[in-house]
Amino acid sequence: MNPRDFKRLSLILLFMPFALWILLLIVLPHIGMGVLALREKVAPRVYEFGFGNFIEFLHEPIYWNTLLRTGTMSMLVTALALIAGFPIAYYIAKIAGRRSRGALFLLCLIPLWVSDLIRAFGWILLLRETGVISGALQAIGLIDGPVELLYNDVTVIIGLVYTVILFMIVPLVSTLDGMDNAMIEAGYNLGGNGFTVLRRIIIPYAMPGIVSGCIIVFMLTAGSYLTPILLGGKNSSWFTETIYEQFITRYNWESGAAFGFLLLAFTSGVVWLGLKLSRQTLAGTVAKS
Amino acid sequence: MTSQADYDLECCNVSKSFGPVRAVDDVSFEIPSGSFFSILGPSGCGKTTLMRMIAGFENPSAGDIRIKGASVLGTPPNRRNVKMVFQHLALFPMMNVQENIAYGLRCIGTGKAEIQRKVKDVLERIALPDVGEREIHQLSGGQKQRIAIARCMVLDPDVLLLDEPLGALDLKLREAMKIELKLLQHQFNTTFVYITHDQSEALVMSDHVAVMNNGKFEQVGAPQQLYHHPASAFVAGFVGDANRWSGSVLETSDGRARVETAAGFSLVCKTGGGQSLRRGDSVEVFVRPEFIRAERGDAAPAAAQTGDDSLEGTVDSLLFNGANSRVLVRSGTGELIEADATLTGGPEDARPGDRVRLTWSADQALCFATQGGGR
Amino acid sequence: MLDRNTNWGFLLGYRLYVLAFFIFLAAPLTAAAVFAFNDSLFPALPWQGFTLDWFFNDTDPKLGMFHDRRLLRGLYYSFVIGIAVAGLSVAVGTCNAFLFVRRQFPAKNFFYIVMIVPLVIPGVILGISILVFASTVANGVEDGYGIDLELLRPGILLVVLGQFSFVTTITSLVIIARLKKFDGSMEEAAFNLGASRARVLATITLPFLRPAMIAAGIVAFLVSFENFNTTLFLVGSESPLTITMFDRMAKVGSTPVLNAVSFFLMVGSGLLAVVSILVQRDRAKE
Repeated sequence: MNPRDFKRLSLILLFMPFALWILLLIVLPHIGMGVLALREKVAPRVYEFGFGNFIEFLHEPIYWNTLLRTGTMSMLVTALALIAGFPIAYYIAKIAGRRSRGALFLLCLIPLWVSDLIRAFGWILLLRETGVISGALQAIGLIDGPVELLYNDVTVIIGLVYTVILFMIVPLVSTLDGMDNAMIEAGYNLGGNGFTVLRRIIIPYAMPGIVSGCIIVFMLTAGSYLTPILLGGKNSSWFTETIYEQFITRYNWESGAAFGFLLLAFTSGVVWLGLKLSRQTLAGTVAKS
Repeated sequence: MTSQADYDLECCNVSKSFGPVRAVDDVSFEIPSGSFFSILGPSGCGKTTLMRMIAGFENPSAGDIRIKGASVLGTPPNRRNVKMVFQHLALFPMMNVQENIAYGLRCIGTGKAEIQRKVKDVLERIALPDVGEREIHQLSGGQKQRIAIARCMVLDPDVLLLDEPLGALDLKLREAMKIELKLLQHQFNTTFVYITHDQSEALVMSDHVAVMNNGKFEQVGAPQQLYHHPASAFVAGFVGDANRWSGSVLETSDGRARVETAAGFSLVCKTGGGQSLRRGDSVEVFVRPEFIRAERGDAAPAAAQTGDDSLEGTVDSLLFNGANSRVLVRSGTGELIEADATLTGGPEDARPGDRVRLTWSADQALCFATQGGGR
Repeated sequence: MLDRNTNWGFLLGYRLYVLAFFIFLAAPLTAAAVFAFNDSLFPALPWQGFTLDWFFNDTDPKLGMFHDRRLLRGLYYSFVIGIAVAGLSVAVGTCNAFLFVRRQFPAKNFFYIVMIVPLVIPGVILGISILVFASTVANGVEDGYGIDLELLRPGILLVVLGQFSFVTTITSLVIIARLKKFDGSMEEAAFNLGASRARVLATITLPFLRPAMIAAGIVAFLVSFENFNTTLFLVGSESPLTITMFDRMAKVGSTPVLNAVSFFLMVGSGLLAVVSILVQRDRAKE
């Protein structure tokens, strides 16, 4: 076999696993989901093509509201994670000494490997009526009886921020780490104060890391299931729960598929908008981290 | 005529084009067995491409390459008996020294006992008998060089190619390695083909040097030949240092010419490269600093011999560099001329501002027609 | 320029914030872990003494983790699924690395973005889409040919495929990063010394990639082990540990055995994560 043919054959062979993976596990399933979303149940066991599932979505205010609520809370969580996480990332990348930097970064990585489930479980232990914080507050005498700290929006937000903040910090640390200290010193040297240096030098430089972190965090939050359910209880109204309900509880796969599609469209839309506004690309940001 | 097997490597009209770019343009040469051959040229002249063609990583667009008389064009790179020392050595970091050297032997299926014997043998020949068990990152720069060579030599190649291997070493080590490489070549008595852009490496180590420019060999010969009798303006300017002036021919006679330089003075020089020039041709004139004598104005003028050129000027600055010290003289017309000088630091040294007279023999001034004329 | 005094105060405040953050980070995990050793029927205060019962005891009502059959089975399934996912994704990831780093082909940038897309799709969507697809195929085959393809019904294979779909992106990126640092002249040198293409691959290129492949495998295993969202829609009767634990948690009055499991998982994941970092750092010295 001459070299050129061999090269072509090996290219095709190398491409096969990639193609099979993407085609069979990503492309076709999503097309299938789309097709299913467009099937309307006209009569028992009779289906026809139609947007009925989507119309049903728009008509029931509870569905519509849940999606919006999920979206807005996710954006809030993303913003909070950024504001709270950026100083930490900056500290690890720039201020911590050489030895403590490695240790701190490791400390940040380890909780990542712990499941969502265990983290939510830990918060339940702390915040529920019979939990640690309630008990501690009683012991100090600040309150008279046990207090239920779970099952409200604030708790859900705190829980979500906790779950995702490390996904914000890690890309930021990588990006900031690559930043030459000389740039910051030059900024001061040329007459800037802390605020302008932050605004004009550090943040623009860290933009890919920021965008990357925000995208990942937003997707994780909007798609999160365990944290809102366990910490928010039955009236947590998170859209993933609605999807689960349609699929598993009601066995209404058509509706479930339609809702899934809507979630995907919604989150993709926000991500695309975010990328456009900050003028970044997907490959440039997510791939790097 | 000597039989072709006396030549370890021959290239016959080898050319290589990458699209419209001609990287190697009709190169032909033969290298006798057991010699040290260098290809010298600036970056981008095509020497690396030529070397890769000899090794088999590129195929020539035209021409033939013969090793020990047999054409190797159809042989893939892992079957040719031409071994290569890469620029950054490419030693395998996941193996120790012994395994690195044994790699080629293992590929051809040599037995274990035989491998051990050969590795030990070659380690002794490069004077590093005890490093077999060491890891690559534990070796010094010079040791890595020798291991890289040993890895190739243990396979008994017909030709060894070396791709600018001394570039990554610091100056003192480089100087020492030049001598070592020369000795190693004698030791193994294998043909070495060495490519470099550093002319001092080529001159010190080689039996023959080919000067390459823009894909062509400008001149092939012994180092002294290239230095004292360059065949073209490029070789004259590239090999060694020289003062260089452009000018036009006033008159010619019998292998010499009188040239009026653009700087405004005229001199007599020898026509280089066997060219014939005519009045009005534009030329470049080269004079090496070591042939220019600088004498202070107050010294008694030495007897001017016929055929000597001379020039008056003022010392501009001194360049102290040990044995290679030079003095920079500014001529009456504003040109800076370099001349060799011995600067001892004492009162006889020239000083900036001194008036001096520069003299050199016309035989040591060479002129060549500027590109585009007279070749 | 900042005044020295404000600088010092600012720095102190900053350090306190970082400290508070790490306490915040550790709090729920500590709570979960600590109650694993509490000698009480509920994972709550008051503290009633130190005990290892929740790990090793074998009698009701204090059934320890290592005797709880359902939990152990969950652990076993998680393990099996994790290894399968790790193996598959590292294999495909290595192929992808060679594809994107070494080869040229049309629309390469487009396919690169396609490769990254699975990471930005919510896990829930991945789960339901694969569920729908597999069921459609299984139903189609059943209706058309009368064969009931058990494999495509919710179960271990589907869970593996579901997790594999996005974990492969992660392993690909890790191995690509390593392959990019490979010095091509080493392959040419090996070639020059007489090695065949296959030999060069086996003795030079793959050994170079090995640390990244191991690290990617560990990451894949850990991500698979703790995955919930995608797995939720694809489980059949054999559920991995995360699903089993969730079922337990939903029931009120769970015993601290879940804390024991949490502790065990935290320590295990931590150790594996440290190993994966060490593997990559060691080679960096060369």
